Amino acid sequence: MDLPLMGITILWVFLYGYIITASIDFGAGFFSFYCKTTGREHIVNQVIERYLSPVWEVTNVFLIFFVVGLIGFFPDTAYYFGTAALVPGSLFLVLLSLRGSFYAFAHYGVRDHWLFHMVYGVTGLLIPASLSMFLTISEGGFIGQSGSSPQLLADELLTSPYAWSVVFLALVSVLFISAYFLAYYAKKAEDLKAAKLLRSFALFWSLPTIFASFLVFLSIYEHNPLHFANMLEHSWLFLCSFACFLGALALLLGRDGYGWGFILVMLQFAFAFFGYGLSHLPYILYPSITIHTSITDSAMGRSLVIGFIAGLCLLLPSLLLLLRLFLFDARYVQGKWR
Amino acid sequence: MELDQTMLARILTSVTLGFHIIFAALGVGIPVLISIAEWLGIRRNDQHYLLMAKRWVRGFTVPVAVGVVTGTCIALQLSLLWPSFMRVAGEAIALPLFLETFAFFFEAIFLGIYLYTWNRFRQPYLHWLFSLPVILGSTASAFFIMSVNAFMNAPQGFSLVDGRIVDIQPLLAMFNPATPSKAGHMIFSSYAASAYVLAAIAALRLLRGSSHPYHLKALRLTLTAAFFFSLATALWGDIAGKYLAQYQPEKLAAAEWHFHTDRRAPLVLGGVLDQNSWEVNYGLKIPYALSILATGSADGLVKGLDQVPMAYWPPLVIHYLFDGMVAIGIYMLVLPAGYVLGLRWQKKRGPAKGWLRAIVLAAPLSLLAIELGWIFSELGRQPWILVGYMKTEHAATTAEHVDKMLLLFVGLYLFIAAVCTVVLRKMFHERPFDSELR
Repeated sequence: MDLPLMGITILWVFLYGYIITASIDFGAGFFSFYCKTTGREHIVNQVIERYLSPVWEVTNVFLIFFVVGLIGFFPDTAYYFGTAALVPGSLFLVLLSLRGSFYAFAHYGVRDHWLFHMVYGVTGLLIPASLSMFLTISEGGFIGQSGSSPQLLADELLTSPYAWSVVFLALVSVLFISAYFLAYYAKKAEDLKAAKLLRSFALFWSLPTIFASFLVFLSIYEHNPLHFANMLEHSWLFLCSFACFLGALALLLGRDGYGWGFILVMLQFAFAFFGYGLSHLPYILYPSITIHTSITDSAMGRSLVIGFIAGLCLLLPSLLLLLRLFLFDARYVQGKWR
Repeated sequence: MELDQTMLARILTSVTLGFHIIFAALGVGIPVLISIAEWLGIRRNDQHYLLMAKRWVRGFTVPVAVGVVTGTCIALQLSLLWPSFMRVAGEAIALPLFLETFAFFFEAIFLGIYLYTWNRFRQPYLHWLFSLPVILGSTASAFFIMSVNAFMNAPQGFSLVDGRIVDIQPLLAMFNPATPSKAGHMIFSSYAASAYVLAAIAALRLLRGSSHPYHLKALRLTLTAAFFFSLATALWGDIAGKYLAQYQPEKLAAAEWHFHTDRRAPLVLGGVLDQNSWEVNYGLKIPYALSILATGSADGLVKGLDQVPMAYWPPLVIHYLFDGMVAIGIYMLVLPAGYVLGLRWQKKRGPAKGWLRAIVLAAPLSLLAIELGWIFSELGRQPWILVGYMKTEHAATTAEHVDKMLLLFVGLYLFIAAVCTVVLRKMFHERPFDSELR
């Protein structure tokens, strides 16, 4: 594997990690908000809080990792995306800042305040929507030139059916992933009421997820036929993704094996996400930046990869420890430590 | 001052960093004190120290969270506001930036474990052990991020060909001459400021009439730590001064209004500059001190601004920032020593109110010193963003709406600061310490 390919693969793995962990968090915000408005928040809040408290900071790092790595491996992306995305990027940062700081404030009695629920619920939907816009931009056609510098064609972005289908997919899959995971977690906590409610959420959002995936597939054909052709070449990945989805749905309907079911959900998104990424190559930003034109110096690329492997040796055991102490510790999950 | 694109980008960056640095410094320093308190509590089997650690931890999560979100803001704003700079330098500073996120990742994981496993292990030292990776992570991330900043001051380990950086030597770029002095000074000043913030809380309680041993112990612990950390900061400041004299003489010369290259140079405190004759009026001159600071010898030769074309002079106003930082540093160093001697003098009738007030005052002052020192350092390398290679005006974004984004972020930080204050106050008022003592 050559260096640029290795770099983008590493980054893509991190973005995938972010998508899964952040989805659980964002969806939880929405469900907590929704249950509050329907007077059922006591059912799900305990489950959500117990899972999210120890891991919310870790989620954030996945994203920073991706951004820093992208700039390190492919500095041109900083120039194009940075210039074009000042306004959407800043809005995204404001949302993320509000959510992150309110997360910490929540532990000190702010949790019952209406402002908290607003921030928590609304940002849970707006953040994935705004993030998905960056994937849309990478598809090309939304960055024009003004003078010598790149500029975002905001009108074009906001009226593009492709952009909106990606936003739609982001929202429904966030809710689907989150509900599925929380149902699994509630069941492990032997909180049957919450498990039942969250299972119904997961079922509800399963079909829109698959519908939105097809919609994105079709609108890519309209927007970027080259990418669509590439996707067809890797169609087996998308078929695998669909099979995993069916398996996860079957396990959910059978009311048992949510743990395996969630692994299938992760695989479903892994296949789709890597299929999408693979067919996007070699472009990072179509057609201006490819993974090959951007890397200028291989010494830094090599040292990044070495640093990455060294860091991973440190991180993986620590992450496993975190998971063992919280996620997979039956007594913690059932709330016996607090 | 004209508010052009570059100036707006500079203001927005400094607002974000100025806000971030307070929380970041506390995030680096407070875990050290928490760890010391918990260790003392276990070792001496003293509930007071254990409670101290617990209460500090509870308050600590708020600055950590705000530090995380503002840190995310600055990480992305680097590309959003300075795209041309990141395109050129992004690759050269990628390694320390990357390692910084690793260190931060490491800290985030173990902070979660530390926060939520209190009372979970039978062996108390096991829980204490989890505080060590938190300290390691936060201090390492401070080190790496300072090495990025140091690179901007003393770029090396690459060549510039047609506006692109090539032949990068990642380790050489990371361990540039500015890295040791910057990282050490920043880390110890963070420790010292954190110790003073915690000392101020204890002093405030004692001022309000408490004479509980809990607060006396807290004050003694934090002040002792504050003294040693301030001492280390000052010693490292000396290293930083010698670094400046050797590698960035224009910054030191501007800070000291040292216009003529000279031996036996005096250090100037305060004063007003005559813009025509470049003479300093009303300033307090300490003979030989600048030569000693810069070279370690009273006879040392100190380069003046006459060696630098005027177009490359840093703004001369940094003199006041430098003086302010040093003055507060001296205050921070003398205060604990004076306090201990004062207690001896009074034969331990409990701390006097004057000393307690001085300690309360030291907390905002120590944070102010960090801000002053940082602004001094950043302004001091103007007009360069990458000293010797790229000017700040060539690095700023060309995108529209920077002014609106500036207002947006100022509003955001004001809002977060307000909620943060309310929440912290509420937390400590609703659960007074004696309600938690067994």
